[in-house]
Amino acid sequence: MLRIELEPRATASHFMRWGAPLLALLLTVLVIAPILALAGLPPLETLRIFFLSPLSSLNGLSEWLLKASPLILIALGLTVGFRANVWNIGAEGMYTIGAICAGWLALRYGDAGAHFWLLPAMMLAGALGGAAWAAIPAFLKTTANTSEILVSLMLNYVAALLLSYLVNGPMQDPQGLNYPQTALFEPSAMFSTPFAGLRINASMFITLVAVPLAWLLLERSFLGFQLSVSGAAPAAARYAGFSQTRLTWISLSISGATAGLAGMMEAAGPLGQLTPVISPGYGFAAIIVAFIGRLRPVGVVFGGLLLSLLYLGGEAVQMSLNVPASLSRCVQGTLLFFLLAGDVLILYRLRLRSP
Amino acid sequence: MQHLLASLLSGMLVAATPLIYAALGELVAERSGVLNLGVEGMMLLGAVTAFGVAFSGYPPLVAALAAMGAAAAAAAVFAVLALSLATNQYATGLALTILGSGLSGLIGRHFGSGSISSIAKLRLPVLSDLPVVGPVLFNQDPMVYLALVIAAGAWWFLYRTKPGLVVRAVGEAPHSALAIGYPVIRIRYLTTLFGGAMAGLGGAYLSLAYTPLWVEDMTAGRGWIALALVVFASWRPGRLILGAWLFGGISVLQLFVQGFGIQLPSELLTALPYLTTIMVLVAISRNPTTLRLNTPLSLAQPFRPER
Repeated sequence: MLRIELEPRATASHFMRWGAPLLALLLTVLVIAPILALAGLPPLETLRIFFLSPLSSLNGLSEWLLKASPLILIALGLTVGFRANVWNIGAEGMYTIGAICAGWLALRYGDAGAHFWLLPAMMLAGALGGAAWAAIPAFLKTTANTSEILVSLMLNYVAALLLSYLVNGPMQDPQGLNYPQTALFEPSAMFSTPFAGLRINASMFITLVAVPLAWLLLERSFLGFQLSVSGAAPAAARYAGFSQTRLTWISLSISGATAGLAGMMEAAGPLGQLTPVISPGYGFAAIIVAFIGRLRPVGVVFGGLLLSLLYLGGEAVQMSLNVPASLSRCVQGTLLFFLLAGDVLILYRLRLRSP
Repeated sequence: MQHLLASLLSGMLVAATPLIYAALGELVAERSGVLNLGVEGMMLLGAVTAFGVAFSGYPPLVAALAAMGAAAAAAAVFAVLALSLATNQYATGLALTILGSGLSGLIGRHFGSGSISSIAKLRLPVLSDLPVVGPVLFNQDPMVYLALVIAAGAWWFLYRTKPGLVVRAVGEAPHSALAIGYPVIRIRYLTTLFGGAMAGLGGAYLSLAYTPLWVEDMTAGRGWIALALVVFASWRPGRLILGAWLFGGISVLQLFVQGFGIQLPSELLTALPYLTTIMVLVAISRNPTTLRLNTPLSLAQPFRPER
């Protein structure tokens, strides 16, 4: 039997650092094509629609950035935790809670009289709501040693059910013919759309500000250093006296706040109301974005742009070929596999050996 | 009242069965030091495969075997990355869950309206004639019993056989195990594949017996609950059964509550298993010493022989 062996390289491969993600994308396409054929879809046509059609119009570009923005924002927050080996996979729930908190403010104060403070207050409510939801796994991890992976994941389901309860009950639109949704937000509770006919809105600036902030935090601050050390070498972090409790709290609060803010951006942006399903899986996709970006803020921007393109492709294929949205998740999962495998090639060479 | 209790017990056994399969597989894999967060994805692949095969007219046995094969193949992909290439096990497992949920949705997109007949019940003679408990405990489909048999087998394997001891040794001290001459990576491959096959069987139970139809993402987090169950069980098969029954009981509590005419939002009842998972994790993890003693030492740590 052939054995795969890893042989350490003398120095990290520069070529692979840049080549691996491209190689991963290429291999993903090569793997997805036969899967499409097996599923009874024309592979080439599907791939063309998937990758090329979204970017062929101004509206497509607007949608691209509109989707990339929340993905990048959530992934920046997750990156903080992943650096420190804090595995928050509950961004989906934090996103939902952020949207609920902001939505409550919008419905309560979003009457005709335009309040200049409403939108900033909704941003704050979204971030705080997400952070509060993230405080549950943080509290339980630091006081009761529970796995933040399992707790944050379970809370995804709880948040989704809470939203479903609210839009079917207390927050339901009284004039909505019993549809499970809230009333539409007033313009004062929504981001302005500067380009007529396009959905892209001012919330883009939040992400634009978040990227340099995340860069400063992760690459230039002592806290960022502490996070990286505690992730890469927990024992060293302990000897250095870095408080694991503090780092866990910081990681989860930041990732909760960014996810909550992203939920608020979606509710006060393209959605303009709360419905039973408000996330097309951004919370999970952001995990992939963080890994595509190799847990670096600038990389996360590229990762977010790539994954949002995959989302748009999925939607385009859904519309023109009637393929379920699960195709997107298929591509996402395959891509993440190849990215993880590709990154091994930076430090190692593969050797096939027969014993 | 008696009827209500009987249906609660019966529902509990049935709801616990997919959890037992998936969690047992993961338990054995984790005992060898492999944390595969892809259980949810593998269960979904198992569920869609089993349904597809049964829908094409094959008997349930063939469907269940196909489900095991499909999920084990998915586990093999995980193993190549996490074991041969020593990638981060958390991220690789998450990739498997995302891929599994996407791929199963794609495969099952035409199954939507189809239905199959559920697996036939197996009446155990004599025992099923016992009053009250008889019809509940001894008149279930064969997969309910098989889960318990496999659990007993897993216990026997891990604690009473030499290969079981080797698996545990690999999980506790892979470098020492390698030094004595055990092929650590190969053993982990086998436990990971077993974990995949069991997750597939758990998924197959959902789409063949529990609700004999295919719905996208029909596992609804059971793969994750199975992961929590392994922690709850302190990596021991016996306690895993108890935990699965507890969760099974909670997920059929809805019947019970409605039986008494208590008015609660249905969302709250649906959220109960997830909330219970969290509470149970807290109760079990509170004592850091016992948690550390029970957790396989090398769990989720990439193993590179040269170091």
